[in-house]
Amino acid sequence: MSLELLNTLEVILNGLMTGVMYSLVALGFVLIFKASGVFNYAQGVMCLFAALTLVGFQTGQIPFAHLINVIFGTEYHHWSSDITGGMNSFLAIVLTVIVMIGFAYIVERFLLRHLVNQAPIILFMATIGLAFFMEGFGDLMWGANIKPLDLGIPSGGSFWWEEVTRTWATADSKYIGMYIDVLDVWAAVIAVLLVIVLTLFSQFTKTGRALRAVADDHQAALTVGISLRTIWVIVWSIAGIVALVAGIMWGSKSGVQFSLSLIALKALPVLILGGFTSIPGAIVGGLIIGVGEKLFEFWIGPMVGGATENWFAYVLALFFLMFRPQGLYGEKIIERV
Amino acid sequence: MFYRESGDFKATYNKDQQIFTIALDRWFVILFVAFAFLVVPFLINDYWEKSVLVPVLVWSIAALGLNILVGYCGQLSLGTGGFMAVGAYASYKLTTAFPELNMFIVVLLSGGITAFVGILFGLPSLRIKGFYLAVATLASQFFLVWLFNKVPWFYNYSASGMIIAPERFVFGIAITGPNAPPWATYLFCLTIVVVFALIAKNLTRGRIGRSWMAIRDMDIAAEIIGVSPLYAKLSAFAVSSFYIGVAGALFFSVYLGAAEPTEAFGIDKSFLVLFMIIIGGLGTIFGSFIGAAFMTLMPVLFKNIMVGGLGWPTDLVAHLILILIGGLIMFFLIVEPHGLAQLWRIAKEKLRLWPFPH
Repeated sequence: MSLELLNTLEVILNGLMTGVMYSLVALGFVLIFKASGVFNYAQGVMCLFAALTLVGFQTGQIPFAHLINVIFGTEYHHWSSDITGGMNSFLAIVLTVIVMIGFAYIVERFLLRHLVNQAPIILFMATIGLAFFMEGFGDLMWGANIKPLDLGIPSGGSFWWEEVTRTWATADSKYIGMYIDVLDVWAAVIAVLLVIVLTLFSQFTKTGRALRAVADDHQAALTVGISLRTIWVIVWSIAGIVALVAGIMWGSKSGVQFSLSLIALKALPVLILGGFTSIPGAIVGGLIIGVGEKLFEFWIGPMVGGATENWFAYVLALFFLMFRPQGLYGEKIIERV
Repeated sequence: MFYRESGDFKATYNKDQQIFTIALDRWFVILFVAFAFLVVPFLINDYWEKSVLVPVLVWSIAALGLNILVGYCGQLSLGTGGFMAVGAYASYKLTTAFPELNMFIVVLLSGGITAFVGILFGLPSLRIKGFYLAVATLASQFFLVWLFNKVPWFYNYSASGMIIAPERFVFGIAITGPNAPPWATYLFCLTIVVVFALIAKNLTRGRIGRSWMAIRDMDIAAEIIGVSPLYAKLSAFAVSSFYIGVAGALFFSVYLGAAEPTEAFGIDKSFLVLFMIIIGGLGTIFGSFIGAAFMTLMPVLFKNIMVGGLGWPTDLVAHLILILIGGLIMFFLIVEPHGLAQLWRIAKEKLRLWPFPH
């Protein structure tokens, strides 16, 4: 194969991997939007918060240490004297899941319950408020510094893949092989597993059936005796767990930091492309955006000064909407007077 | 007792169509504006100008603009930061290219240029609505900021990539640059705010404002009774972007003095203005002002209390302010989703009857 083709292949492959990461975030959006009609802007911050909590538990940090120290003039930071003396990763994950479920309950109890029957924009704004609140809360609880997240997931370039791809090139070209991060492959595998589990859950359990009923028609679901509030708590909990998975992946890749919450913005065009109400749409949309922005940066980027990844996804979504306003898999919008 | 229309007779149609129909209301507004024009300039100092008055005025114009688009025409937009950047860069290019130009004209022209860009990015609104449109407007936010970062012509090939407002004058008095006196920048912004608030109020009362509201309430029904969606939506985008462009020009040239696009006109600015109009009240002129004042002054107040009063470290206070802003937004949305303007309206209704409620 020619060098040009190989490079393009590498870009596409890496784009697919990035796309999977976007899909993970978009998945949480779709789940909540389907079940409660809430466009949850806080999904990105939920990723950040989950990852922060996980790291906090893992390293044995004391929550609100900074605030406590300021008020009482103390110097606490960790439970034990050495930094590595936190808890087992598995236990930390379980505890974080419990925290996210508690968070889901609190959101339902104190926010959503009071905003039933409000216009969608009001609900959207409320989740932006929630995002601000959680961003400040997470930073206050665990500190705002960049934290490394290490759960023992392998990372770094794959040598095996480099060897394999080197043999594809013609012998005299000095091709050094394709770079692919093992962590990204793991993320893809986990994302696939997550989607399979979610599908099984929604198809074959009683709760899953209730979820689908609510997503289909709120009022009809209420009439057959499904408690909307319970469903909301469950959906937000699931979204919290999806956020935790996304947070772990992004956190292992680039450290747990504020910019994690900004990937929520990148998930928006993914949603638009796939349609707000479709789980396969979120996956396909993520892949298209991931590949699209990497290819665009690779081919057109150098001509216009680079960093096109900042806006390419949005402009792509914009043009896409011109032709198909409901997204790839969204339901056709029918309007009546 | 205080606030009623009884005894206030209207003999002509003009009188009947006044903006403030109740005498007390009218006098209060006139006195307030007179106070702002005649008294405040003598009391103002650098601190009040830079951290209270000018930011409130500048954000008020931005909020007015976004309120026309979101509150009156119902088109959700998250591109405010990008449009402010257009206004800022337009004013920068104009002031550096035509040094003799009066700042008023510069600001108006910047608004006009932004209106043109706004129409371009408003075109998708003819096909898409709601959240889809909101995400589509994100394209303008990120694309425009990227453009101003990457095309050196916009920042006159300066090495740092920043734009710095040169000193410019109105009637021989410096308005921009480090030597501008506080009262001059304040009066400059105030004049623009008062004029544009009046224009906005009258626009929204007139035919065009009614067509916007018809589109907002139900676009298909509006189309059937003869409102052209093309004209209504694009005019809303144009007027709104004009206001936001003016705000961007003032924000850069009068308030900041120097700006770097990703920092000064990021997505957080879009959200800030959106918060202002939600908290103030969607679809009200008064709400734009009160929302802008609330969102600008609240962090200043909290910072003064916690850093100045309690002596806490600034990073901790920054987190607490985030929590407070987020919490207050949620609180307001739960308690009064129609914003502070609605609270004011309720208070007025109560005042009209007080102290005899029947």
